Amino acid sequence: MSQPSPTIETYGLSKRYRGGQLAVDGLELSVPQGAVFGFLGPNGSGKTTTIRMLMGLIGPTAGRVELFGEPIPQAGNRVLPRVGALIEGPAHYPYLTGAENLARYDAADRSADPRTRKARIADALERVGLSNAAQKKAKAYSLGMKQRLGLAAALLQPRDLLVLDEPTNGLDPQGMREIRSLIKSLAADGTTVFLSSHLLDEIEQVCTHAAVMSKGRLVVQGTVAELGAGLRARLAVTTPDAAAAETVLKAAGGTEVHVEGDRVTCDADGLEPDAVCAALVGAGIRVFAFGVERPSLEDAFVALTGEGFDVAQ
Amino acid sequence: MSLSSSVDSGSSVHGGSSVHSETVDSGVGVSPGRAVSGGARTAGFRQRTRLRLGLRGSFALNELTTMFGRIRNLALLAALAAIPLALGVAIKLTTRHPDGGGGFISQVSNNGLFLVFSSLTITLPVFLPLAIGVVAGDSISGEAGQGTLRYLLVAPVGRNRLLAVKGGALAVFCLVASFTVAVSAFVIGLILFPIGPVTLLSGESISFGAALVKAVIITLLVAASLLGLCAIGLFVSTLTDTAIAAMAVTVGVTVLSGILQTIPQLSSIQPWLFTDQWTSFADLLRDPVYTPNIVHNLLIQALYVAVFGSAAWARLSSRDVLA
Repeated sequence: MSQPSPTIETYGLSKRYRGGQLAVDGLELSVPQGAVFGFLGPNGSGKTTTIRMLMGLIGPTAGRVELFGEPIPQAGNRVLPRVGALIEGPAHYPYLTGAENLARYDAADRSADPRTRKARIADALERVGLSNAAQKKAKAYSLGMKQRLGLAAALLQPRDLLVLDEPTNGLDPQGMREIRSLIKSLAADGTTVFLSSHLLDEIEQVCTHAAVMSKGRLVVQGTVAELGAGLRARLAVTTPDAAAAETVLKAAGGTEVHVEGDRVTCDADGLEPDAVCAALVGAGIRVFAFGVERPSLEDAFVALTGEGFDVAQ
Repeated sequence: MSLSSSVDSGSSVHGGSSVHSETVDSGVGVSPGRAVSGGARTAGFRQRTRLRLGLRGSFALNELTTMFGRIRNLALLAALAAIPLALGVAIKLTTRHPDGGGGFISQVSNNGLFLVFSSLTITLPVFLPLAIGVVAGDSISGEAGQGTLRYLLVAPVGRNRLLAVKGGALAVFCLVASFTVAVSAFVIGLILFPIGPVTLLSGESISFGAALVKAVIITLLVAASLLGLCAIGLFVSTLTDTAIAAMAVTVGVTVLSGILQTIPQLSSIQPWLFTDQWTSFADLLRDPVYTPNIVHNLLIQALYVAVFGSAAWARLSSRDVLA
């Protein structure tokens, strides 16, 4: 027993919907235990289809899924109580109150202890900040409140895995921040989080691992650091004396020097930023701003998929 | 499996303890530090006397409280309860022609208990199927349409368990709907008309008490007559995410069956229609009770439940839940 088995593992997972469209193609996903795993991709790239297969809602055309080393959907009744999920947005009984909605989902789970139900519902509602709206009918909830109620349903029990599909949809900036800190605190407790999102900076802020989907295929997966590793940091100078700065950077050994208006950048590899800065100032160049820019996940994404963040064709 | 004595679904117990321990034992399970601290609060939880029942756990109870707590379903039941009232008042206002009409209705003004039989006769072909069609057609498709089906499935409710609970709840609804008509008719009959010994269709007279027992059995037979339709509705409900379509199809099937009943050339298939022996309950008002049609009716209903129940199971267990 050296390595604990991955929380989520898929083998050649494929799904072709009726109508011949191949939505997911030979997916080999591996989500290590304890990771906060960002699942990225443009709209229509197969993220939701993958999540539906992970949860046993739809059957794969080929390949298989394992959660905690057990096959899905066969072991679903045993494994799914350990999983909290928010899939394709929240869904509720509009004619039930928030607390009644949670009670119904909890009753559906045979492993949930009814004796602790009320207390667990109250705790879950408090965690997502809905305590005051617990006795309101769900149809009176705003979009953000519905999203919170969906999250509360995922938090009814202590979970080993949370699968969250676009969890910050419909939330205001304050709500988004609350959800991010909630995810961080859950992850700190050891819960594996599988987070699908199209918001790259959101993934960048909370995730330890990420995978990128494009047109049904997995482009890359690994730690967030690994994904950015292919891209080099760049030195950037903002100055009105762009031409002179370009000369200095080239003299200092900078490669791939680009000038865009008053911004001059070059590959930071092998350069000493402090020495370069001193050289710029020594050459009488007026430096307004100077720094080393780390590549963002968005840069990595564009470099990997060679496409913008548009709907897949 | 057990069931809380209070109707409060939030505090009911169910028999999932074996499943529960399995989950906890499964390794990474529950560590105290990350529990939603639910256990801590149970100390203050009032333990209530609990009835042990052979129910499939508290999800069944939750399904029933959800079903009978929903305004739409209560409105359907209220509408059913209003029909005997309308019928009773109409008969009361037109009693000048005691010989008119024939059948049960002509007897209502002499004996209030006949309002029960009349009301069941009137509601069985149209109003009861309408109510059942709405509730049965909505059972799975409604969950799918509003997206709650996927959350029930990942809870996980288990597809077979979900179907069993839905089917069981529909049977309960049939029973409640039939008794709503019967009890409403009985009360209104008591208020508006005289009560006394009942003259049977075969001519004998039986005491009011004996007739009341017959009325209860007849109501049970009416409820049983609706089970085939329930199964059809449940099956149709697994085919679509659009609840209104499933409701329309279920009600439409009843209308179609009624029409096929009237076409003489189709006499060979008519014994197999689920509406064929719906009126057989009247045979209980004979002495001795004429049973062949009643038995035929029960067999047809059992057949429909078996066929469409299996079809619903085959469909739901293999279905891709996309909504």
